[in-house]
Amino acid sequence: MEYIIEMKNITKKFGDFKANDNITLQLRKGEIHALLGENGAGKSTLMSILFGLYQPEEGTISIKGKEVKINNPNDANELGIGMVHQHFKLVHNFTVLESIVLGRETVKNGVLKMDDARKKIMELSDKYKFKIEPDAYISDITVGMQQRVEILKMLYCDNDILIFDEPTAVLTPQEIDELMKIMKLLVSEGKSIIFITHKLKEIKAVADRCSVLRKGKYIGTVDVATTSKEEMSEMMVGRKVNFIVEKGEQKLGDVALELKNFTMKSKHTGKNVVNDVSFKVRKGEIVCIAGIDGNGQSELVYGITGLEHITSGQVILNGKDITKESIRKRCLDGMAHIPEDRHKHGLVLDYTLQENLVLQTYYKDEFQKNGFIKFDAVKKYAQKLIKQFDIRSSQGETSIARGMSGGNQQKAIIARELDRNPELVIAVQPVRGLDVGAIEYIHKQLVAQRDAGKAVLLVSLELDEVMNVSDRILVMYEGEIVADVNPKDITVQELGLYMAGTKRSVTDEK
Amino acid sequence: MKNKQNKALGNILSSVLAIVGGLLFGLIVLLVTNPKEAFSGFMAILGGGINYGIDNIGLILNYATPIIMTGLSVGFAFKTGLFNIGAAGQFTVGAFVAIYIGVKWTFLPFGLHCLVAIIFACLAGALWGLVPGFLKAVANVNEVISSILMNYIGMHLVNMLIKSAGVYDSLRNQSKPVAQTANLPKMGLDKLVPGANINSGILIALIFVIIMYIIIEKTTFGYELKACGMNKNASKYAGINENRSIILSMVIAGGLAGIGGALYYLSGTGRYMQVLDIIAQQGFDGISVALLGISNPIGIFFAGIFIAHITNGGLYLQLFGFVPEVIQMIIASIIYFGAFALLVKGLLTNMKKRKAAKMEQQQSVSTKTNEEGAK
Repeated sequence: MEYIIEMKNITKKFGDFKANDNITLQLRKGEIHALLGENGAGKSTLMSILFGLYQPEEGTISIKGKEVKINNPNDANELGIGMVHQHFKLVHNFTVLESIVLGRETVKNGVLKMDDARKKIMELSDKYKFKIEPDAYISDITVGMQQRVEILKMLYCDNDILIFDEPTAVLTPQEIDELMKIMKLLVSEGKSIIFITHKLKEIKAVADRCSVLRKGKYIGTVDVATTSKEEMSEMMVGRKVNFIVEKGEQKLGDVALELKNFTMKSKHTGKNVVNDVSFKVRKGEIVCIAGIDGNGQSELVYGITGLEHITSGQVILNGKDITKESIRKRCLDGMAHIPEDRHKHGLVLDYTLQENLVLQTYYKDEFQKNGFIKFDAVKKYAQKLIKQFDIRSSQGETSIARGMSGGNQQKAIIARELDRNPELVIAVQPVRGLDVGAIEYIHKQLVAQRDAGKAVLLVSLELDEVMNVSDRILVMYEGEIVADVNPKDITVQELGLYMAGTKRSVTDEK
Repeated sequence: MKNKQNKALGNILSSVLAIVGGLLFGLIVLLVTNPKEAFSGFMAILGGGINYGIDNIGLILNYATPIIMTGLSVGFAFKTGLFNIGAAGQFTVGAFVAIYIGVKWTFLPFGLHCLVAIIFACLAGALWGLVPGFLKAVANVNEVISSILMNYIGMHLVNMLIKSAGVYDSLRNQSKPVAQTANLPKMGLDKLVPGANINSGILIALIFVIIMYIIIEKTTFGYELKACGMNKNASKYAGINENRSIILSMVIAGGLAGIGGALYYLSGTGRYMQVLDIIAQQGFDGISVALLGISNPIGIFFAGIFIAHITNGGLYLQLFGFVPEVIQMIIASIIYFGAFALLVKGLLTNMKKRKAAKMEQQQSVSTKTNEEGAK
């Protein structure tokens, strides 16, 4: 069998860490080959090697049966390899046309000759039904369109091996469908595609074969048509994955959190970003705040956790008015907060893992004596949490938080917050940017809190999460709660209507 | 732990390389201005003057003491993410208070007299640090601007007070000499090196170096300050009182600089505060010292001694016919390069990474060939 790309026994090490350990990837001509793996499995490293950004310690790369050495991205380009990066590399104040020819301008006597380029680009655009406007500015077109510009850029330099690095992460569902169509069209024209992702649904939709990596190792290559999603996810994670969150019988307890006429004014516009919101969260339930980003959810959480002052209203935790309390006091009262932005609020990135794990408890007698930190106790505690929550990092408790993977940073925050044994857990988009294994783990932890009789307030933008995890859904629209529903009694479509503000079931209760 | 040691080694190495770079640049300046005497001049700088008389050790240590204190002041504020450019003003008010007490409070016995002077100098400096710290915490006023203004307020106020508070020697336009009882004890240090006028100031500075090291590295207070410096939002999230940290950090920084002022003028070597419209040089030297010492108290101690050493050596350049401006330029260039210590540190880490990768590559190749040989 002739492969268009054959990467054989690739090994790449960073220090003691093997990012790629004896990996083999074979791409057939005219196929969409998915590269599946969790964050940190080595997908990006492998593609960087193919693209000439890294040199492997061992292994060979053959293109069209000929062994080659790729020293830099220019070499890769000449071999016909092009890449659409996850974060587009476009100049915002250039037009579409200018962006595509950038670096390969045709020049006559030192003056740009765009006519030929324009002709070629329009031909390509028509051929693949891209519907681009060559004279529109990059800053004015949608993210989906920007991605097409990136694809056109590869086609414009006649690349026939295309690498898509998590291309769907930034797209809306409709845009994803269109991208899939384009990918299929491209392979039917004889291009070959490597599709990097950790979304199984998309692999099922477009890919022919799928190679799976786990922790830097090559697990295997399967035919997508004959392999189920469950099998693939098992290969990726190394064990069975539950897509449905299992929850125990609900035992509702007392009210843990109550908001009364909670209102917050925006510092910039003076408008109410959270407007007269009242609700209760009881022990033993997961209440999910759903809504489109920017409808006041972040501010609501800032107000409840004390990061920002509220304009009026009351926050009551376990029957105690905490509206005016400090953040530390709220923390001691049993409030845990898994913040939206783990780099901004969740971690001191330049501190070690162990220092981050005691961020709210360093002053307790357990960890200090007469103002001196008991480093041994901190270390022991960190080691305990690392083991218990399976936080992985290169140097254990002395790893600098900045160098850890996103999933493990989030695990560290969750370990820290849940180990304080809180009464109320506030989690804001706790699985954003994480892979299947980590998502499952985090959801399990939240459900475990609920089953243990704790109250959980979950803010989520993802409908799957909203529908699967929560016991009750509050939909927020323009700073107000517009629906209070049970996930069992509502369809995703209906939820969408509430989120878009076209439907409203909760009017003023008072 | 191994991590930490490696980091410390890297810090030292980067500072040393920065110094070497600065010295080489100085040598080039010397070669350009007077090629014949350049190397003799260079040796004078390197020798710090000690090669012209062992008593220069005293001069070096006396010069090092206040800039170690201002260096600690700047470095400590850095840890909390604040740039204390106001060390000069804090130094000046501390110096004035120490002189005032030294001249006026003669009822105090030897030993206690200087101690009281130091304590009040510390409080005065702390007050000068409190103002920008408070403004930053309460109204988010940029501490760089407010502390520069405090420098000028301090300078003019002290100039005015020297004249009006009865410690003015109008003949020489400077402060009166402090009482003998107010001078820092020598504690036998002057007998260590023949002819050198060493006093306990350097020991006091060393004590503060150790205290600051312990505060920063070992205490919950240091943990809070560093957290605020590295990520304000996360420390707020964790319930750390950020405003308190900012204010305390500036107050402590101010206190350290104030003590620097006291140690400088109570050294018993005939120093007087002159009534000049010049911001105290020691404050700015403190910034260089803190940069060169990478804000680490122990690094700051050695950086302070080093800068004092080359400054003192620079004075001997005149023997070789170099104009004083050249001396200033060379010293400045060394300090300037010193400030690049952090940059060098970054370069070093990158180099080390590359080297490690290469070594491993070689190792894996050699083990591979070994294996193959075994087969």
